[in-house]
Amino acid sequence: MQSAFSLSFSHSSLTTPNRPLSPSNAAPRNLRFCGLRREAFGFSQSKQLTSCRLQINSRRIKVSAAAATNGAPSKSSFDYDLIIIGAGVGGHGAALHAVEKGLKTAIIEGDVVGGTCVNRGCVPSKALLAVSGRMRELQNEHHMKSFGLQVSAAGYDRQGVADHASNLATKIRNNLTNSMKALGVDILTGFGSVLGPQKVKYGKDNVITAKDIIIATGSVPFVPKGIEVDGKTVITSDHALKLESVPDWIAIVGSGYIGLEFSDVYTALGSEVTFIEALDQLMPGFDPEISKLAQRVLINPRKIDYHTGVFASKITPAKDGRPVMIELIDAKTKKPKDTLEVDTALIATGRAPFTNGLGLENINVATQRGFIPVDERMRVIDGNGKLVPNLYCIGDANGKLMLAHAASAQGISVVEQVTGRDHVLNHLSIPAACFTHPEISMVGLTEPQAREKAEKEGFKVSIAKTSFKANTKALAENEGEGIAKMIYRPDNGEILGVHIFGLHAADLIHEASNAIALGTRLQDIKLAVHAHPTLSEVVDELFKAAKVDSPVSTTAQSVKAVV
Amino acid sequence: MALSSSSFLSTLPLSNSKSAISFTSSLSPSPLPSFRSASSSHKRRVMTIRSKIREIFMPALSSTMTEGKIVSWIKTEGEKLAKGESVVVVESDKADMDVETFYDGYLAAIVVGEGETAPVGAAIGLLAETEAEIEEAKSKAASKSKSSEVVVVAPSPPPVTSSPAPAIAQPAPVAAVSDGPRKTVATPYAKKLAKQHKVDIGSVAGTGPFGRITAADVEAAAGIAPSVAAPPPPPPAAAAIATPKATTTSSSPPLLPGSSIVPFTAMQSAVSKNMIESLSVPTFRVGYPVNTDALDALYEKVKPKGVTMTALLAKAAGMALAEHPVVNASCKDGKSFSYNSNINIAVAVAINGGLITPVLQDADKLDLYLLSQKWKELVGKARGKQLQPHEYNSGTFTLSNLGMFGVDRFDAILPPGQGAIMAVGASKPTVVADKDGFFSVRNKMLVNVTADHRIVYGADLAAFLQTFAKIVENPDCLTL
Repeated sequence: MQSAFSLSFSHSSLTTPNRPLSPSNAAPRNLRFCGLRREAFGFSQSKQLTSCRLQINSRRIKVSAAAATNGAPSKSSFDYDLIIIGAGVGGHGAALHAVEKGLKTAIIEGDVVGGTCVNRGCVPSKALLAVSGRMRELQNEHHMKSFGLQVSAAGYDRQGVADHASNLATKIRNNLTNSMKALGVDILTGFGSVLGPQKVKYGKDNVITAKDIIIATGSVPFVPKGIEVDGKTVITSDHALKLESVPDWIAIVGSGYIGLEFSDVYTALGSEVTFIEALDQLMPGFDPEISKLAQRVLINPRKIDYHTGVFASKITPAKDGRPVMIELIDAKTKKPKDTLEVDTALIATGRAPFTNGLGLENINVATQRGFIPVDERMRVIDGNGKLVPNLYCIGDANGKLMLAHAASAQGISVVEQVTGRDHVLNHLSIPAACFTHPEISMVGLTEPQAREKAEKEGFKVSIAKTSFKANTKALAENEGEGIAKMIYRPDNGEILGVHIFGLHAADLIHEASNAIALGTRLQDIKLAVHAHPTLSEVVDELFKAAKVDSPVSTTAQSVKAVV
Repeated sequence: MALSSSSFLSTLPLSNSKSAISFTSSLSPSPLPSFRSASSSHKRRVMTIRSKIREIFMPALSSTMTEGKIVSWIKTEGEKLAKGESVVVVESDKADMDVETFYDGYLAAIVVGEGETAPVGAAIGLLAETEAEIEEAKSKAASKSKSSEVVVVAPSPPPVTSSPAPAIAQPAPVAAVSDGPRKTVATPYAKKLAKQHKVDIGSVAGTGPFGRITAADVEAAAGIAPSVAAPPPPPPAAAAIATPKATTTSSSPPLLPGSSIVPFTAMQSAVSKNMIESLSVPTFRVGYPVNTDALDALYEKVKPKGVTMTALLAKAAGMALAEHPVVNASCKDGKSFSYNSNINIAVAVAINGGLITPVLQDADKLDLYLLSQKWKELVGKARGKQLQPHEYNSGTFTLSNLGMFGVDRFDAILPPGQGAIMAVGASKPTVVADKDGFFSVRNKMLVNVTADHRIVYGADLAAFLQTFAKIVENPDCLTL
């Protein structure tokens, strides 16, 4: 894939290294692709995300060799071309791309480099989930027997598991820091705030100026009121990832992907779990069919029970010889419903933007529930609905799509814009994954969303499904549980959404997300060849199962023309 | 309700996809309970209903299914149904299933709506044979839903019930938390197990932290061995195996400061009750040294074939009992001997800290290899909590072996309902003098039998032990 893209897209970047792409260069390419995409999603140019990433990859070495370019004298009177407030994954992605584009860049971090994802989120949780996956497998005597394997009772050392998670976070954090240092990004330490247009303060009283500013301050765990977090028995994901204890019984408030992943970890380590979900159904964010199946596999057979349609109105930490008390009220009537007594409560009700103290009042920006309002180009909108010039906000702080890789993509999109190339990110092509065992992944619309859109816009929707049971590799692994589901338009072969639940689903989704990002049509992609036997054939089968009316799309022809 | 539910009990593939299942959308021709008290005119109508209106039942879609949720009704009320058509989609614990009708007719009324849950066998809808009967069926449905809450509602009682259990002795602070009766607190897995084994969670005493009901409590209440991840194999046991029913004797000295009170689980309560009951039986004990050189040699020979020492001892005891039926008898009423037709040897085994007595039935008749195989199977079942009641409570004689711990002798308490129990100590090299005065070293094992003196007398027991010793000392007959 990579080589194919660099063939077709890298010509412009090769001719103009370290320099903004000229709009004239970009325009024709946009035209070719965005037409289709507008028709599809009402967004445009998403494919540039992919192409940009590839450019970074192919040229990082060269740029780091010429690291001094970041310090190149700026012709303007500003200290920097670009200042990024927040060195999480979003800020990091933006910084690398900015240097790549020849901008003199600084990044301000008040805490540790890496932000939530690396220190308190995706990264350490993957370490815990790697452990839980193995524990689950080793504990499943039936599963082992079916392989003909004999394993004596599996056990674990809590501190060892916790160390694995913190070591991984440290390693990734160092990698991130080093990659920025190598490129010559100035890492400024201290809390950053906006003093006024193009002016930023960091630390005690350091004031710097920049042509453009990106806010990438991210988010913190959201704790609803009435819940008292003590960090020991009532905890958030921040504490849980340190794995300071494995309680006998833990209540998880919220059954989204954070809650689900932790339920996977805790049940594998021997805890019993009670879910508390405000909506009527568990796993509300997922495609209903997927969440139903996932419930059968990830919830029902495990030591998990749940209360749906209830709020945890009050949670008191364990003290004075009493367990953690959770008061439940009906989500609709608000009447008291039940009281739970558990050993630990994990609050996984989502994340709240971290935008306090940013000095937004200095530029007349009012947050909405803490989120910084932005337009589709991540430009900040002020209290009067006007765009604030030279100020952008990416990642969790704008709340568009609270995923690490979305923040990074948004950052790259912003850098594209400030270096002279218009760019709008297609959020519907951004995949998401939940790393339970087995995994859940998705991209694009869910079936109800697609049907609603189809109704509104007057097109037909079809569904294709394949099962992991029919996949040789999955069966060889004794992991036949799972399905893949695709929602598409039968009239033109456009993929609207893909949802996968099964072994390595998180790795399988990218074929679909790339197809959506590039506007590839089913009638074309179904001809692509997949190695046998691999799990990727699950997705291959999905494409092949689709019944599309039109034989060959125009996209395919235009791609060929470019190549 | 006369329904042939067996026809639904087909084993299903663990499929996630919706698959169609044909079932007799069954028909209970019996009148509904609500019509029982009706006037004579109603009775006439009942006759009509009998032939024309059928009930659609919640089918059992898997062997573990106890209740099902209606995902959706494919047909609406009043719609015509043809035999073999899908009527309703039911969600079981494993999959969504289309349920078909075996009869032509009209879907007259939906008793259990979409999203609702009904136990297996409950009426979920009514099928009228002709259009004319739809109204009638509807009124029937109306009265049904009025009177049938018991039927439709899921069987498991909500955990909120204030059961008689709550007055559990617990450290003071907890009791102080809530005034009035404490509600039942059960962990998620405990609730799941209770449902699975049909244990009323309200009647289980919790022994977990803060008096909560844990999985172990439910397992104890259900009479199964706890299922904590598998530690080493069965025969080795907690030292408490002296009797098949643990030793939780409670004297009541004043509580020392810092000590805590842990209430009995249901199982421990049962043990306690049995032990008290055993005091009403006049027992006596007879010990006997047995030379095991030959047995040990035989064991070495048959061990590779999967024969265990437990099987050897059980077989030997079984054969000895066959010659002394009175030791295999029991005294049920204090007035008579109850001779048992089978020789069923219960063997006390500690599994994961629990105690259970799987029973080797017909130990005298089965050959050694079958017996060993059977034993292996029982232990496996015990560990998997799958022992059926007759597999642990049908013993006529109990064997308890603590020899593997180096215990040289002990005596056991006679379980109520049995005539005798044998306590087996370790086999140890011992210096013996033969009748000619020559010294030699032989392996000797002390066995000690406790028996009910109302039916078994000293001479009986001595004779039994002599036979047992003879068999063990000449063990070739064991392999015959």
